[in-house]
Amino acid sequence: MTQTDAQTGIRALLQDLRGVLPDHVLVTDPAERETYACDGLAAYRVRPALVVLVESADHVAQVVRSCARHHVPFVARGSGTGLSGGALPHADGVLVVTSRLRTLHEVRPQDQRAVVDPGVVNLAVSRAANPQGYYFAPDPSSQQICSVGGNVAENSGGAHCLKYGFTAGHVLSLEVVTPDGEQVTLGTEAPDPPGYDLLGAFVGSEGTLGVATRATLRLTRLPEDVRTCLAGFASTDEAGAATSAIIAAGIVPAAMEIMDALAIEAAEAAVSCGYPEGAGAVLVVELDGPALEVEGELEQVRRICREQRAVEFRTATDAAERAEIWRGRKSAFAAVGRISPDYIVQDGVVPRTALPEVLREMGRISADRGVRVANVFHAGDGNLHPLVLFDADEEGATGRAEEVSGMILDLCIAHGGSITGEHGVGADKARYMPRMFGPADLDTMQLLRCAFDPDGLANPGKIYPTPRMCGERPRVVHAADEPGVDGAEVF
Amino acid sequence: MTLERLLDAACAVRPATGCDDVDGVPARVVARPTSAQETSALLRTCSAQGLAVVVRGHGSKLEWGRPPERVDVVLETGAMAQLVEHSRGDLVATAGAGMPLSRLRHLLSGARHELVVDDLAVGRGTEAAGSTLGGAVATNLSGPRRLRAGPLRDLVIGVRLVLADGTVAKAGGKVVKNVAGYDLGKLVTGSLGTLAVITEVTVRLHPEPPQVRQVLARVPHERLAPVLAHLVASQLAPHTLEVHAEPGGHALVSVGLGGGPGSTQRRADLLALELAAPGLAGDAVAVVDPEHTTPEEVRHVVPDAGRPWSTAQEVALRPTLLAVTARLSGIPELVQVANDHGLTVSGSAGVGVLRATLPEPTPVATVLETVTSVRAVTTGLGGSTVVLDAPPTVKSALDPAGTWGPVPGLELMRRVKAQFDPGRTLAPGRFVGGL
Ligand SMILES: Cc1cc2nc3c(=O)[nH]c(=O)nc-3n(C[C@H](O)[C@H](O)[C@H](O)COP(=O)(O)OP(=O)(O)OC[C@H]3O[C@@H](n4cnc5c(N)ncnc54)[C@H](O)[C@@H]3O)c2cc1C
Repeated sequence: MTQTDAQTGIRALLQDLRGVLPDHVLVTDPAERETYACDGLAAYRVRPALVVLVESADHVAQVVRSCARHHVPFVARGSGTGLSGGALPHADGVLVVTSRLRTLHEVRPQDQRAVVDPGVVNLAVSRAANPQGYYFAPDPSSQQICSVGGNVAENSGGAHCLKYGFTAGHVLSLEVVTPDGEQVTLGTEAPDPPGYDLLGAFVGSEGTLGVATRATLRLTRLPEDVRTCLAGFASTDEAGAATSAIIAAGIVPAAMEIMDALAIEAAEAAVSCGYPEGAGAVLVVELDGPALEVEGELEQVRRICREQRAVEFRTATDAAERAEIWRGRKSAFAAVGRISPDYIVQDGVVPRTALPEVLREMGRISADRGVRVANVFHAGDGNLHPLVLFDADEEGATGRAEEVSGMILDLCIAHGGSITGEHGVGADKARYMPRMFGPADLDTMQLLRCAFDPDGLANPGKIYPTPRMCGERPRVVHAADEPGVDGAEVF
Repeated sequence: MTLERLLDAACAVRPATGCDDVDGVPARVVARPTSAQETSALLRTCSAQGLAVVVRGHGSKLEWGRPPERVDVVLETGAMAQLVEHSRGDLVATAGAGMPLSRLRHLLSGARHELVVDDLAVGRGTEAAGSTLGGAVATNLSGPRRLRAGPLRDLVIGVRLVLADGTVAKAGGKVVKNVAGYDLGKLVTGSLGTLAVITEVTVRLHPEPPQVRQVLARVPHERLAPVLAHLVASQLAPHTLEVHAEPGGHALVSVGLGGGPGSTQRRADLLALELAAPGLAGDAVAVVDPEHTTPEEVRHVVPDAGRPWSTAQEVALRPTLLAVTARLSGIPELVQVANDHGLTVSGSAGVGVLRATLPEPTPVATVLETVTSVRAVTTGLGGSTVVLDAPPTVKSALDPAGTWGPVPGLELMRRVKAQFDPGRTLAPGRFVGGL
């Protein structure tokens, strides 16, 4: 599409929408649009041609229909906390922002269900369900601000998905606006709806199959007992060995998290969480369930940590102490910001058994390239969150950090893992997809996209580095649609 | 050239016999590829020649869905049955689609690991050995323990697929946590072999609980609602919560618990005590060790328990078999309505997915009326009614809409089928909307 085509498209679309949507939902002012130029991955910025602050599912349908009519791409955005540039706007497209869709329609503990609009904040669901003894299990660290729509699109996890699974296991049905502007329901309130599991395929599709406008969520019973403990180790090797031994003992903790020395140092400086002094690694284990079971499991965990030469082991005795243990872990990302002006968060996954080796190799890469890497990770499921530290003002530092970051992903792939465990591919990692999947794999996945979005208008350029032609309707590949990041300015 | 000759360049092929009929539709040949590559070569030829292919594991649920419009080739997965990898420390296993679930269970038991899926089809099919892994995935096999570990769709973390045009593709991987690319594993789970041939599956495993206990209770119908409400809200973390009810009888409720030695028994005792309260189950409550208690011992306390209530045996008689679902609080009503219509129901009351059977012979008209009324009730309760299987007379009286009921998103499903299998090579007509 040429520059003028794109402008004509947006102009025609605006003309359509002006008649049917209230003026205050249409954001055309360039400065205001600029505030939506990036999501949680601030390195990529693109100013959208138009922002619509939708106030109903019908608004979404109207916008999307108009996009289809004028062949204008659209990108959905929830709270904009995504870390892979999934909500990175399209320069010639519309950004559909759901943050005004904040109605929590129902909480029905007797059915273990909640019905919410996509802009509802993750934690708000649990807050509403807690008094009745329930909660929404997926708990990304960003849960105070990220939206349910974003969780659905990213199939978000969190520390507790080790035991409770990802968002996909907690969504029963979705109302979605498909890229042709149709409003469709996927799934039923009960599990196992008839037909293909389009719901399961939509969850985690990163906004490329349409916009979710309402979700029926599964609520989980609050556990009778929760016990959190912390063990300090000399190195991540021992902490990793303890993790494996806990799993080998047949225990499925609610969460198992490791921080390495650099991450501990950062957290300590930021929130003085009082982690064991001089520890090379801390392991946080949370056990939950019936009190009768948790007690025994805690004993086993304590014994295993001793056997793996823990230098210290402490157990929280009340909610305040539990929060204290989690404070260091939860502050880690922000804390790293205090010891380094810039950092890249990676999200690679390795088989749990490969953790020690991968961490050692990562240490070698870090030393070799002179780039510091702090490690905070979901050890129970091998989901690493290496924080690659750099100072963008320093000559060549950004490039070196990106190189290290890429080497870490290669390491994950070489060990049979994945380039992303929970943050999504987005714009950022699309170029790594061919390292993990062959052309036939990527083409086959995109058949699904062709079924939903033959014209490639929903969040183009994300996930897949090269769009697939869709059957009978070969489409022109827009330069701006190619890898989303190429059109973006990289800071 | 005969069909056999045409295809045997791709893999081993033999002429079909009457035993190879698919739900009454005769097949021409049976092909037995040993790898994804052979499967690919076979499918390439089949789609080029416009041949219809039906995938068969052990054939235990080959009649589920609608009879295919035609069957040229039965593609058997039995020669792709190897355990590719069991990564003990990672609680993950990869196996060929033809791997029998029973053999997989055996292979994993050495590490005290298990794939938490309950085989409901023991005793039927060509090798009388229950489902294969691929068949379980293709039918979204669902049993009691999904309350603990989630449905099979959540345990499938990677798949290798062969499309009708011969494309071999993988999706997912061998780590549990992975959001790279679309989750095609979920897409093919429950697709009854109509989108792609699944040749290999990677699954998430769980540790076998050191101890298991079952709490059984006989519950009068009018108390089923409070009993189930109590159990659904329990913090004792049951692994299963099942209901079984036959017309004219009491409802039986069974709760499975698994966990540490000793603590599991104590939890079971606690739960039994709670259930014995007046207003709930009263005194017909027993705690049993499912591995050691005999049915007679159980019946001593819970008179109706221990009767054959596995769907397996019922399937063998080929009654009308329905999958009925409802929101959790609607399960007591669904059980009641089903019983009133002469259906026997059993399934996971803790999840909201039950199976219902109508005895044979029941007049076709009655079966159809029953399906319609039960469907109206499940729709009102946020669920659905699907005719999984039925005697041929019933099946031929049903169209796709009668078999599946309202299917949300059917138009999108048509488009998905058109992308994955544009020539309708794979089990044409077997799935929703006559896809
Ligand atoms: C400090 C911090 C910690 C984090 N911790 C975690 C963590 O522990 N685990 C984890 O998984 N993630 C984590 N994240 C990442 C992020 O918070 C999640 O991906 C979250 O689900 C994104 O929600 P959002 O509302 O901000 O979505 P956005 O960033 O606005 O959008 C994310 C993607 O979803 C799409 N989208 C949004 N709404 C819709 C909709 N209604 N329909 C269709 N598509 C839609 C967008 O197009 C985009 O592709 C973290 C982020 C930060 C900043």
